[in-house]
Amino acid sequence: MSTLTSQIEFKNFDFYYGKYHALKSINLSLAKRKVTAFIGPSGCGKSTLLRTINRMYDLYPEQKAEGELLLDGQNILGREVDLSVLRAKVGMVFQKPTPFPMSIYDNIAFGVRLHEKLSKAEMDERVEWALRKAALWDEVKDKLYKSGMGLSGGQQQRLCIARGVAVKPEVLLLDEPTSALDPISTMRIEELINELKNEFTIVIVTHNMQQAARISDYTAYMYLGELIEFGETDQIFVKPEKKQTEDYITGRFG
Amino acid sequence: MQLRAKRKFVNRLALALAMAAMLFGLFWLVWILFTVVKLGVASLSLDLFLKMTPPPGSTEGGLANALVGSGMLVVLGTFVGAPLGILVGVYLAEYGQHAWLGKVTRYVNDLLLSAPSIVIGLFVYAIVVARMGHFSGWAGVVALSLIVIPVVVRTTENMLLLVPNTLREAAYALGAPKRTVIMWVTLRAAKAGVVTGLLLAVARIAGETAPLLFTSLSNQFWSVDMNAPMASLPKVIFDFAMNPDPFLQKLAWGGVLLITFGVLILNIVARVFFRQQHSH
Repeated sequence: MSTLTSQIEFKNFDFYYGKYHALKSINLSLAKRKVTAFIGPSGCGKSTLLRTINRMYDLYPEQKAEGELLLDGQNILGREVDLSVLRAKVGMVFQKPTPFPMSIYDNIAFGVRLHEKLSKAEMDERVEWALRKAALWDEVKDKLYKSGMGLSGGQQQRLCIARGVAVKPEVLLLDEPTSALDPISTMRIEELINELKNEFTIVIVTHNMQQAARISDYTAYMYLGELIEFGETDQIFVKPEKKQTEDYITGRFG
Repeated sequence: MQLRAKRKFVNRLALALAMAAMLFGLFWLVWILFTVVKLGVASLSLDLFLKMTPPPGSTEGGLANALVGSGMLVVLGTFVGAPLGILVGVYLAEYGQHAWLGKVTRYVNDLLLSAPSIVIGLFVYAIVVARMGHFSGWAGVVALSLIVIPVVVRTTENMLLLVPNTLREAAYALGAPKRTVIMWVTLRAAKAGVVTGLLLAVARIAGETAPLLFTSLSNQFWSVDMNAPMASLPKVIFDFAMNPDPFLQKLAWGGVLLITFGVLILNIVARVFFRQQHSH
């Protein structure tokens, strides 16, 4: 893997929940405009690792990170980093759909308004653009001013993806985005991820190994807070270098 | 089989006891409503809404000044108390959840919530009425808002805590600052609950008598001057019901009917509002 295309880099990265050492000396480089999947058994730290990229942990005073985390070559762990600017660059979608209690239109416009001043026409255009990107436009174009809470679970999740995309980030973090959805909605979101990777760097945490194999270019296998193996997805799933990775992937463990 | 028969019996017994308890409670409620309607309906007429409270020995009169006085006291008391209560509730839920100031505030608020309303009346008498030298509508407003605040603080905090944390995280993840998250996401998500708490607080002060005894007192005449003593429905009911004049007693029952149904309607509105907001 060429380091030239790397967008996110962890260097000797450690993470703590209070005294608990949750991530141990992670060194990892994530490629630009590729899909990287984090896999591993529950509690291995894959979600924790994902949530450091937009510094979600800042909401919780007892959590802290050490080492270096570079986004486009700049360390984002410093106190002086403007979290609002960082989060405009790094969007996130959660396990459970989280539509805001407002209209579909306002759900999308909410994030955009935080960072840009657009005219009504420009905002209309941006909302449509984001909804099209999330393959939701045709289903909601006649009810943009209805509540986003009235959509189905799969539609809500695509609304959340559209909301993240609307801000025009560089990176999209997906934290088990399909684990609360039915197979058909899951398929649509996977197709969507495949589309979106042309424009965004995507990092996805998933419990579903077939999903990781289907949609990701690179895979990181984690266990007990350590990065065990990282490489191209084909290689990890066909010919893993470590016995531990093989055991997990073949279902002998985890 | 014997085990199953025993379970069925215990089940029926529990159900019967629960039904009996429910009937016992409902019986008094229905009796109260029935009595209120029976005795109150006799004085229902336009006069009740248009004429002033009469002196003893009169044959005509109404509750107009008391109705308007109660309306002003309750509305102003809510306007003073509700914003304060909501702000404190937001502080407790979103900022001071683990801070010592939050814990102290929550404890003091719980004390205030369970303080007898007559104590609040006396307190306002000491700090407002005694200093101004006379009873006044404003003193009544202060007393009522002191009752509104703890109720609103409690419901606002509880309703905000029910908002799932992932919703907050989702808003932060878009780069929103804390004030935006609270104003546009968390408070909106908790809106139905907060408004319901507010309506219940209004219903509560609409029937309060004790805090008004020492503050707004009463006024036999038409007055909308907040610096003067002010008539209120609960206080007029208290005075007239104690009076030997049967006409005044009849008017008191009319007032009781109005208050009871006013509070009942507020409660129903609160419930309908809460349900509508939670079913879209």
